[in-house]
Amino acid sequence: MMLSKGLKRKREEEEEEKESLAVDAWWLDPGHPAVAQAPPAAASSSLFDLSVLKLHHSLRQSEPDLRHLVLVVNTLRRIQASMAPAAALPPVPSPPAASGVADNLLASSDAALSASMASLLEDLSHIEGLSQAPQPLADEGPPGRPTGGASPGLGALDLLGPATGCLLDDGFEGLFEDIDTSMYDSELWAPASEGLKPGPEDGPGKEEAPELDEAELDYLMDVLVGTQALERPPGPGR
Amino acid sequence: MLGPWCSPTGSPAPLSCETGCGEGSWILVCRLLVPTQVSLLSMEEDIDTRKINNSFLRDHSYATEADIISTVEFNHTGELLATGDKGGRVVIFQREQESKNQVHRRGEYNVYSTFQSHEPEFDYLKSLEIEEKINKIRWLPQQNAAYFLLSTNDKTVKLWKVSERDKRPEGYNLKDEEGRLRDPATITTLRVPVLRPMDLMVEATPRRVFANAHTYHINSISVNSDYETYMSADDLRINLWNFEITNQSFNIVDIKPANMEELTEVITAAEFHPHHCNTFVYSSSKGTIRLCDMRASALCDRHTKFFEEPEDPSNRSFFSEIISSISDVKFSHSGRYIMTRDYLTVKVWDLNMENRPIETYQVHDYLRSKLCSLYENDCIFDKFECVWNGSDSVIMTGSYNNFFRMFDRNTKRDVTLEASRENSKPRAILKPRKVCVGGKRRKDEISVDSLDFSKKILHTAWHPSENIIAVAATNNLYIFQDKVN
Repeated sequence: MMLSKGLKRKREEEEEEKESLAVDAWWLDPGHPAVAQAPPAAASSSLFDLSVLKLHHSLRQSEPDLRHLVLVVNTLRRIQASMAPAAALPPVPSPPAASGVADNLLASSDAALSASMASLLEDLSHIEGLSQAPQPLADEGPPGRPTGGASPGLGALDLLGPATGCLLDDGFEGLFEDIDTSMYDSELWAPASEGLKPGPEDGPGKEEAPELDEAELDYLMDVLVGTQALERPPGPGR
Repeated sequence: MLGPWCSPTGSPAPLSCETGCGEGSWILVCRLLVPTQVSLLSMEEDIDTRKINNSFLRDHSYATEADIISTVEFNHTGELLATGDKGGRVVIFQREQESKNQVHRRGEYNVYSTFQSHEPEFDYLKSLEIEEKINKIRWLPQQNAAYFLLSTNDKTVKLWKVSERDKRPEGYNLKDEEGRLRDPATITTLRVPVLRPMDLMVEATPRRVFANAHTYHINSISVNSDYETYMSADDLRINLWNFEITNQSFNIVDIKPANMEELTEVITAAEFHPHHCNTFVYSSSKGTIRLCDMRASALCDRHTKFFEEPEDPSNRSFFSEIISSISDVKFSHSGRYIMTRDYLTVKVWDLNMENRPIETYQVHDYLRSKLCSLYENDCIFDKFECVWNGSDSVIMTGSYNNFFRMFDRNTKRDVTLEASRENSKPRAILKPRKVCVGGKRRKDEISVDSLDFSKKILHTAWHPSENIIAVAATNNLYIFQDKVN
């Protein structure tokens, strides 16, 4: 499945990609016995939700069980990676609004998660006396999307759905095929005007939003057309 | 699985540690529970604890969550058996002395001493409460008349001395009746006190407190074979202590990543080699075991050996990592093998072979298809312990529904037994249990869906030289013995 391979490529270096495809991507192989018997995508997503719930619950403890936390996060990673292609999702060309709302929920839960993970781990580090500068939320960019390599919270959280990733997840080819590219005018995507994404409040990124969005849109279009391998999107966006 | 366990006509084979205990039947010796009231009473006055034991055996109404047993450990001779509970209390049982008149009482254990080891604490810096639950107890080998043990909660290890007092000095004349020192001018003679017998009193005193060395939760303690040092392990670090020094410890393993975001693995258990004081192992949440040699370097971040079994591709699932997480690691008495417990299996490893275990035993493979539900109700995170018998020929571990399993490594036979109140008649022979995995359920079998997942046997212990086992089920401590002819 070319799509899934493309998605994998966007996240990792090429060398890593080969390794990950060989070792970790067993769930992408429909011929694999475990995958063939695997619960349908709907069940995967409910497992995902369950895991997110567990993570929340774990983080809410005054002193979380580190083993439980690490195991749940690692499991979330696996589930999320298997949901990435999500080809099994019903092929409803959902209007951007709907997927946006879904994104919102995921994104806002990511924000809460990232924030609580970050503060928890900060606390632990500070007690240790380590000088680990806390990541200010403003730099976080869109909820859940990492900036550079330093995402707040456990690294796995960056897999919890970068906004663009989710969009692409839904079989973007089908989504965009019938749709006019004027849908991607900057006004539609600027957080201030649309109000679709209650991302992190203020940040230097907000004023520049329209400009950045255009660059991002170009980038996205290039990806769709397949002329460019995906890299980490630059800077904060929505 | 049929064997001598359920054969009604075969007579139980002779009890012998050397031949392994795969042959024979197990009988209940006694079921003990020590409700809160008893411990309060025994701390305030000297009481015949035997009386209390018998009278409370029938009565479970006092049991509270604080009474849930969280660790069980025989001492090196098997004469004493210690339990720790969620309420921070340690209860030590002593084996009934054999007497010609009451042969049938051999193997019974009675309360010897009870004390509050840890209290709930409040960490003001982090603004959170530190649980008083006793995570582990480890005995020191006996070197004089007193007994020493280490007990630990999440943060603090304590060394306790348990000693008997059966004499009291009397005849001091330096103090008056009220205990106040007399004016030396009024004392004309000096009387040497005489030791007079008194009722036996067992007292426990904290001799050392090893605190403030662990940021994360302590999961293991292990006494070194040099008897001078011991180690304590938490999720990310292992510290080495000298028994005499409480204000400092050496950090010998540190797997905390520089960036906590990169954390993907934690330490789950650790143990010293029984004979080589420089060697220890620790297990991880990813199903790996590392053997380290302290002579190699001060910080044992680089292992000498790395034990990991490659994943079976046909058994892969989202839960592969969770079920591979090792919950316990134990050296054999010989020091040649290590045994590990993960969620579904017990594995025996030869120290000389790192790429796979030499033996794998399925504890409750019928749960493999239920992993999703077990993940949902968090049972998949339960940490079962495992133990060797004295001759390393049989291994034992717990399961759900108050079942526990024994595997004979030589005969490859295994048995499932149940620690339950229904079988609570003393000297009752335990009937082997069987779980029905599908198809027609036979009369004595229990179906997987009827298993009670709230009744889990996490902690068990095996007498160092005899076939006597202790099984902890919630607040009950069952002691079973291999039947003697």
